[in-house]
Formats: sequence, C-alpha cells, structure tokens
Amino acid sequence: MVLEFEKGIHEIEEKIKALKEKDKFPDFDKQLELLESKYHAEIEKVYSELNPWKITQIARHLDRPTFLDYINMIGTDFVEIHGDRNIGDDQAMITGMMKIDEEKFFIIGQQKGKTMEEAKKRNFGMPNPEGYKKALRVMKMADKFNRPILTFINTQGAFPGIEAEERGQGEAIARNLREMAKLRVPVVATVIGEGGSGGALGIGVANMVFMLKYSVYSVISPEGCASILWRDSTKASEAAKALKITADDLLKLGLIDGIIDEPLGAAHRYPEQTAQNLKNKLLETTKELARMSRNKLMDRRIDKFLNMGKFSEKPLK
Amino acid sequence: MFRKKKEKVELVEKKSQGLWRKCEKCEQIIYNQEWEQRYRVCPNCNYHFRLTAMERIQLLIDPMTFEEQDREIYPVDALSFKYLDTTYKEKLKEAQEKTGQNDGIIIGKGNIYEYPIEIGVMDFEFLGGSMGSVVGEKIKKAVFYAIKYKIPLVLVATSGGARMQEGMLSLMQMAKTSAAVAKLEQYKLPFIMILTNPTTGGVSASFAMLGDIIMAEPGALVGFAGPRVIEQTIKQKLPAGFQSSEFQLEHGFVDMIVERKNLKQTLFNILDYLYDW
Repeated sequence: MVLEFEKGIHEIEEKIKALKEKDKFPDFDKQLELLESKYHAEIEKVYSELNPWKITQIARHLDRPTFLDYINMIGTDFVEIHGDRNIGDDQAMITGMMKIDEEKFFIIGQQKGKTMEEAKKRNFGMPNPEGYKKALRVMKMADKFNRPILTFINTQGAFPGIEAEERGQGEAIARNLREMAKLRVPVVATVIGEGGSGGALGIGVANMVFMLKYSVYSVISPEGCASILWRDSTKASEAAKALKITADDLLKLGLIDGIIDEPLGAAHRYPEQTAQNLKNKLLETTKELARMSRNKLMDRRIDKFLNMGKFSEKPLK
Repeated sequence: MFRKKKEKVELVEKKSQGLWRKCEKCEQIIYNQEWEQRYRVCPNCNYHFRLTAMERIQLLIDPMTFEEQDREIYPVDALSFKYLDTTYKEKLKEAQEKTGQNDGIIIGKGNIYEYPIEIGVMDFEFLGGSMGSVVGEKIKKAVFYAIKYKIPLVLVATSGGARMQEGMLSLMQMAKTSAAVAKLEQYKLPFIMILTNPTTGGVSASFAMLGDIIMAEPGALVGFAGPRVIEQTIKQKLPAGFQSSEFQLEHGFVDMIVERKNLKQTLFNILDYLYDW
C-alpha cells in the first residue's frame, strides 16, 4: 500500500531496491549513495509537509505495526488470556501477560489485522462489548496481583452493530471508564495508530497516556465529523485539522502526557526503531509510577481526569 | 414512608398557544390543556414530548426549593473551531440566546417531597444536549455537592453525544464524569439516572449508564451508536423499537420504565429505599 503523498519516497525506494539486486558495477557505490541522499531529502520534504489528514492516513497505514507486532518486537514470553467469561472471546481485543526486559506486565490492546483475512477475524479492530469486558477482567486481575498494565490503542471505534447494542456497548465502555479510574496499579496507555472515540477511551483511562508521533486520537473520525458538520464526508481533511487530533495538538491541549518519537518516514518504514522508543518509554514510565502507593495511583488518576476540560468564569465575548 | 403526590406540577413556560396541537409522533390533533395536564405527554400515543432542563426541574423538585449552583461556568471555543461559514463560538451564542442558558446542563440542590437532593438536568435545546467541557465540569461539581451535603445525586440525561466542536476535550468528559462517579461510590451515596429521549453516544457510554438505579421514560431512544451509523455499517434496516427504552429494559440495561406522571413519586420511593435522610 502506497499513500498518495508518499509516492515520491516510494519511487526512490524501488530504485534503491532494484539497484541493490544488481551485480556490482564500477559506479555502484556512488549511485547508491546518490539515491540514498535523494531518498532522505524526499522523506524530509514529505514529512515536513504533513498535515492532520495525512497523519491520519499514516496512522491507518496497512503496513503500520499492529499491537501483535509490538508484542513481538518489545516483549518476551507472551501469554494470551482469552474471553470475558460471559459471551465469548472478542478477537478485536487481545489481552494477556508479557515480559519486557524481565519486568512483568498485563497487556491489553486492539488488533486491526493486516491481511483481509486477519482483518475480518479481528472485526477490523472494532471491539464488541465482550471485548471491553474481557479487557476489564484482565485489568482487575492485574490489580489483584499488583502488576502494571499497558494498553495499546488502535481502533476506528467500538463496533456499531445490532448485537453490540443488544449486549450493551455503551454500558461496557462506561463501566470500563469507571473501573479503570479505580485501579490501584500503574496504568499506561499508548495510542499506536488510530484512537477512535469512546471505543479507544474504553481502554484509555491511564495514569500516563502517550501517543506515537504519527498516531491520531479523536472524538469522531474526520469523515464522520465532515459528514455531520460539513454535510460532506469528502471534507475529512478540513475536519481533521479542526478537530485537533494529532499528538502535537493533544499534548499542547494537555490531554496526553507525552509523544513517543517515530523516525521520519514513520513506523511502517521503521518498525524496529519505533518499537525501541516505545519500549524505552514504557519501561521508564512504569518504573517511575511504581514508586507511588496503590492508593496514590488511583487518586492521581481520578484527579487527572477530573481536571480535564476548558471553560471560563466569564461569558463569551 | 412513601409520600403521596401532593401538588400538581405546573410547567412554567406554557408552550400551548390556542386550544389544539398536533402530536409530533402520531400526528393526531390533541387538546392543549389535556397535553399540559399530562406533563406534555400525548393522550393518544403516549409520546413524551421533550422538556427543557428548567421544566424538568419543575416536574421533579418541590416548588420554590431549587437553588441553582455554578451558573457562572461558561463554555469557550478552545480549538477555534470553524466549519462551513460558521464557528463554534457563533453556534454557542445562538444556543445561549435560544435557551437563556450558558450551556447544556443545569445543576442545583432542591427538595423532593421535602427531602434535599442534588440534581443535574441536561437540556436538548442546547446544541442537541451535547456534552462538552461545561457539562462535564458541572456533573463533576454536582457529584462534589452531593458529597459535601451528603445527599443523593439525580442526573437526567438527554444527549446526542459528545460535542464534536470541542474535539478531544469533549471525549475526555466521558472519562471525567465516570471518574466522578467512581469518586461518589466511595461515599455510598445513591446515584439515580433518568434517561430521556434521546440518550445516545458518549453520554450513553459514560455516566448515564452508571447509575445505581437507571430509569427511562417510555419510548426514549437510548443507545450507543446512532441508528444511521449502524444501518450504514451492517447495510440493513433496523427493526422497529430498536434502541428504545423498552429494548434497553428487555436487554437488562435499565431498571425500569417510568411514565412522566409517575416520575417524581417513583424517584422518591427509590431514594427512600436507598437512603435515610
């Protein structure tokens, strides 16, 4: 999959690939060096011209590392935990335990799926109520055994379907919001791709909330917002800008606690470096949070969310 | 000590002009006086017309006992949100003029059959009852007042969901109001939710689904995803009555459906079971 605005980068990448497949010839090194410098210049140019809508497309890129990819890249000894002990095992929400450098964590994340087959199995990363209930069951277990929780957000949103409504999608998310607030262990959430509305927030009530540099987090998809407010879903680019959904914007608004860097060219091009940055940040943060008492972890988390919002004591001018 | 209803409630601002009106739902011609006497419920099809926040307070709270709190919290256009040829700021001003309110919720303390409660009522007339920073902050304040005065909390929801024009600030009000409910739990004070038409989106996925007891008015639309979004996703028509209060009762997500004429009495009876003033 090649994004429209990355076509130039892609062409040079293809040329480099073709060149490397050739046998060495006298001018080989010089040509390669030339192509590589063109490549870096092009990436720098394209990435300096990003806007919120382009970042949204990067965040949704099919080659972007998924939750399972990060598990493989940063963790060891992953044990998956299945089912909500009620309805079933939501494949869009993966839960389990893993180690990062011998530190033990409970982990929860949405999985979009990269191939059509996996995407279908994962319901395109859109959880049903049982997904949120599974996540909550695992979070409560982490609380019981006093282990930190890492969540990885990557969803268009909670699934809007008949069964989802019949089984209480709203109630399931609401319950998670309240119960996550009350957890007495460190909770760190990271938006790794798309943070879609309440479906994202349902695993997002954390002591620290991070976003990868080229991820987005929004109350409604830019397309959805455009079709309601602009009455035209093709105005998604304008809506993306107005909604302030990028990591930079949300850090400025004080709604997230930090940005995890991705190399220019983004995680779909540099998964390993991105994973390394993610790993470092998660270890550093959980270590810091572990110094707080169990009650303090809860109180701080509740107070943090109680203080969110912007309003005034004076009327609008 | 269940009290008998003492007074007939007069909804202050009489909307009825002339003798007759057409029901918004069944389109029958109905007698205005009867409609008012039934607290704005259609005598023919039982359709519960929308009430403004102030009208709802008149319905539930003893006359002359309501004291509004924190009226002076005003919305801001924190994102400088512009769309088409308008701005969020302009939309806010229009809504303020239309409703006489600063934002989409009124909170305060008042009596129900002489016993004090903390109450917050959303207003659909204000930008579709959408939840932005002011709504979230006032719900938090209502929780804090309930804790301060050690009295039960009653919230009345009517909302199309989060207020898009506040972007992520509005999404975070879901976490904020739910965290406030978590705080209230520590004090073992009753929290009663009343769902009215419509209660959808972010509100239905946060505080509105967290009441100790959840009541709903008959025939209200209550659900998470909007019916149109679901139809587009699954590419089929939804069955009649999908996401109604009755649907939610059947699926176990509300405790009871209460006709408007019985709402105050039922609310009082429940509070009496949960709480000793």
